[in-house]
Amino acid sequence: MTPDPVRFVDERLGGAKAIRRALRYVFPDHWSFMLGEIALYAFVVLVGSGIFLATFYVASDETVTYGGSYLPLAGREMGAQYRSVVDLVFEVPAGNLMRQTHHWAADVFVMAIVLHLTRIILTGAFRKPRELNYWVGVTMLGLALVEGFLGYSLIDDLLSGMGLAIAYSVAMSVPILGGDLAFLLWNGEYPGGEQIWPRMELLHILVIPMAIATLIAIHLAQIVRQHHTQFPGGPGRRRSELEVVGTPMWPGYALRSIGLFLVVAGILLLLGGLVQINPIWEWGPYEPYLATNGAQPDWYLGWLIGALRLMPPLELQLGDYTLVPNPFWGGALYPTVVFLILYAWPWLDRRFWGDGRKHHTLDTPRQSPRRTAAFAALGTWVFLVFAAGSTDRATFRTTISYEAQIWFFRALCVLGPIVAYVATKRICEDLRARGGHPLRGWTGSVVRRTPEGGHAPVVEAAPPDGGPPDGAGRRRSPQRSG
Amino acid sequence: MRRRLEAALAFACALGAVLLLAAPGPAQDAGGGRTVSEPSQPSPGLVAEGRRLFLEGCSSCHGEDARGLPDRAPTLVGVGAAAADFYLRTGRMPLPDPQQQPRRTESFYDEREIDALVSYVAGLGGPPIPAVDPASGDLAHGFELFGEMCAGCHQIVGRGGMTTRAWVPDLQQSAPIDVAEAVAVGPYVMPVFTGQLTRHDVDSLARYVAYAKDPDDVGGWGIGHIGPIPEGMVTWLLAGTALVLTIRLIGERTTE
Amino acid sequence: MSWPKVLAGWLLTRVLGRARAARELDERRRREARLREQTQRHAAERAHAQRRADLLDRLERGQDEEAARREAAHALEHDHEQIRRRRAEPPPTIEREPVSSPRAEWAVILALLAMATGAVGFMVFYVAYPDTQLLGLCLGLALVFGGVAAATAGKRVVPQEQVAEPYHHHGDPALQQDVRAIVSEGRDGISRRKLIAGAAGVAGASVATAAAFPIASLGPDVGQRIYTTPWRAGRRIVDSRGRRLTTGDVDLGAFVLAFPEGAARDDLGAPIVLLRFDASELSLPPELARYAPEGIVAYSRICTHAGCAVSMFRHPSYPATEPGDALVCPCHFSTFDPRRGGEVLFGPAARALPQLPLRVGAGGELEAAGDFTAPIGPSYGGIRLGDEEL
Repeated sequence: MTPDPVRFVDERLGGAKAIRRALRYVFPDHWSFMLGEIALYAFVVLVGSGIFLATFYVASDETVTYGGSYLPLAGREMGAQYRSVVDLVFEVPAGNLMRQTHHWAADVFVMAIVLHLTRIILTGAFRKPRELNYWVGVTMLGLALVEGFLGYSLIDDLLSGMGLAIAYSVAMSVPILGGDLAFLLWNGEYPGGEQIWPRMELLHILVIPMAIATLIAIHLAQIVRQHHTQFPGGPGRRRSELEVVGTPMWPGYALRSIGLFLVVAGILLLLGGLVQINPIWEWGPYEPYLATNGAQPDWYLGWLIGALRLMPPLELQLGDYTLVPNPFWGGALYPTVVFLILYAWPWLDRRFWGDGRKHHTLDTPRQSPRRTAAFAALGTWVFLVFAAGSTDRATFRTTISYEAQIWFFRALCVLGPIVAYVATKRICEDLRARGGHPLRGWTGSVVRRTPEGGHAPVVEAAPPDGGPPDGAGRRRSPQRSG
Repeated sequence: MRRRLEAALAFACALGAVLLLAAPGPAQDAGGGRTVSEPSQPSPGLVAEGRRLFLEGCSSCHGEDARGLPDRAPTLVGVGAAAADFYLRTGRMPLPDPQQQPRRTESFYDEREIDALVSYVAGLGGPPIPAVDPASGDLAHGFELFGEMCAGCHQIVGRGGMTTRAWVPDLQQSAPIDVAEAVAVGPYVMPVFTGQLTRHDVDSLARYVAYAKDPDDVGGWGIGHIGPIPEGMVTWLLAGTALVLTIRLIGERTTE
Repeated sequence: MSWPKVLAGWLLTRVLGRARAARELDERRRREARLREQTQRHAAERAHAQRRADLLDRLERGQDEEAARREAAHALEHDHEQIRRRRAEPPPTIEREPVSSPRAEWAVILALLAMATGAVGFMVFYVAYPDTQLLGLCLGLALVFGGVAAATAGKRVVPQEQVAEPYHHHGDPALQQDVRAIVSEGRDGISRRKLIAGAAGVAGASVATAAAFPIASLGPDVGQRIYTTPWRAGRRIVDSRGRRLTTGDVDLGAFVLAFPEGAARDDLGAPIVLLRFDASELSLPPELARYAPEGIVAYSRICTHAGCAVSMFRHPSYPATEPGDALVCPCHFSTFDPRRGGEVLFGPAARALPQLPLRVGAGGELEAAGDFTAPIGPSYGGIRLGDEEL
């Protein structure tokens, strides 16, 4: 007898019934439905590479003298945590590959979440009955930002130290509670007691990853329970509110998804091996009295450095008591407002531009011009602030005055969202009225005069240039003939 | 077919954008690289030639007596050979508009003319061209000093930057002598560091600046050595494009 | 080879081949029967689901409510039976198209071999020459090839299918009513319901608060700590290599990083910058004017906005055409005027950079004449301005 795994499992656990269903689970077909999967697979890569890295990291700021093989640091005094990562880079085979892959995976993880969120919002997938899962997703985005920042901070290189100083200042700036909050987190005044390193490590390698993993499980379980959303139509127009139509898990979808996992992991490893990320040996160790020009956080916190830079020097004071210090506006209030808007989105949609009913089929962005326009406004606001975070490098590259850019962006942050709202709404309404797809050219029916003299609609494929078939787009004057 | 073509085009554009952004800063010419200068008595002929060139090219701002003109340009009495050599050899002078920030460019004068002008200015008094020998400097010491004194403006790997109301040059074209002269002269809005630095310190700094032009990129392509901004561009433009194309290709069934 | 053996072999393959063909035919028949059965069942279910969805829709919109509610309850009951049965069974296939071609199969095989080659390359380089680029290239390409193989297999080799499954319509008013009833039945016969609930609320809140108290152990009270710095009157000033600084060490236009002698350097209150100006250029607050010996002034190195090191000093060599003196922080470009007591010129900082009063001790050595003029470092909620004395 050949070993039969199916029988083995079924005779012991009775799993065949569940497996039979799981193998035929339906996945609707659309490329944009795989954005979330990219995030999932980036997370898998993060966990795998992270376990490797954690075995080398030393969570201590005890001062040591460098004696490794990187000469520009020879004899330099540094923290043990920084030393452990420099050693990982220079002394551990495949160590730097793992470190760089991990960092690229973090950057790609957040990018994929943002793209996925954009897709979810623009197609209305967050609507009833999927609000709960939407909130789980937004929470994972928030956790991913914190997790990424902690990873960047653990190393205690020049950039991570500057980032931590700013994070400390933002914590300090919380009205009334700020000082105590910052002292609790850092165990005293910045740069903090020696305990902050094990604390950050604990959060980075256990607490937050476990939270994200749990939320991923909840996210997927809810999807299975409710099934995916889908665009209406398809073959025989069967994709509807009634039933979900798509490729079954086995064999078609599983193979495609495994393929995506391998491509994601492969691209991350290629980047990790070929494109240098965060060369901490070139930044050097951090001390509170050191700083470098052009320091930036990882891209996904660029919107916060932008907000901190754009904010005019405004602090609220009551007599000699500072009520609201300046970093609060850009560093704490701004992201809080953006996340509150995201959390409130299903409610906003129901209240202002949608209906309160259940939806299993999706809108295309132009089908709900006001929702799309509102998201364009929010996205423009965040993107402009994000762009303002790079003004220093833009100044270096273009020699346009920094001060002028800051004033320009301040104005743009007020005007940009309004313009984006109006323009997006107009474009969507126009597209909806014309019935065309902006990227796929014209689809529709043309009414032609038949030889018998009557009229009949003729469905035609779009010509190669994407425009309407011969002459159909032009307004023709009524002709009368024989 | 068309979709594949689009995909290839999109990818090429993304790659191009990243390459463009990771490329070195505004085009600048590599300056001359005299590493060591030997103080010698200039010949009177050379000084006279310098004086002639000065009257031709410099006196409209610095005045015929080299004592400067109000609100146009400073006096050159007492600035010494170091400043004259630095500004002329790196092409920062002559400056078309005195309100402008001088920037490194191809030198306007040839080497002999520079020698003549420097001799003339040196004759007005001031410190000589400093000596520097990066080979005898200590790389690690230079890195540490650079972090303390220079990285705030010039960026920790010497990729330049900005401060409010002024632009900060990168140091990728800086010869060791440029480093030694700059810390002594404090060109434009740069402070003066000579008082804090020994000869060994300056040698070490020059050695680090030379190293930082092409640092040890064990991680692969250096993407500009300025950290997260190009990293974010690679994330979105390279990885993002590649991954979106991937799901465009595999996200849907073959037959629809 | 002898002819009987050849004959035996030929017969064997014929028989075996025929048996396999028969088996395959049988399997195909069974599969087709299953598909047919599924499709029929599915059509019936689809009609039912349509009816049910219409009802729920009308219910949601509130149209002819009473009739719809009755019908919906009836339909739901019928539905539960359906759903329970269906849960166990896979959804029906509505389209099935075999697409495999030799070309696609060979592409998958080649991609898989390329994947294996990459993996072997990774191992070889790991042992022989563990260079980050070669390792990443081998393993990355191996995985990308694997992805190509899997995706090609998924799209060009295995049958392309469409299956359809009704959406679950969650939300059953009858069940909801049951839940509410069960919950409220638990309250039967209790007279002090509100009191008990109130007491439970108080108890729960107290325990939760008590459980939160140990959080306070994570760090000390802010108290006055934020105001304490290592600077005292008479504290000597040293440079980053620990040498005591004299007035002669700070030139005009110099930018000197300095520390209190014998104190920890990573204390935010420790690092200062020393600058020298022509006395006529200085316009310090009156109480500080006499603490700038020979025009030398000292400021905290830590920005009052977000705690970064103020590591830029803008010092014009010709002030008439160049931007004026300023201390600038590279994080958010807060700009301070060192000639006017560190007041803010530009950027998000809202407080002046705290100044350290200086005096000249024995032998021309610089020393502090007291603590900073204002709390150093980033502003915080409790910070009090101007309550410090020299």
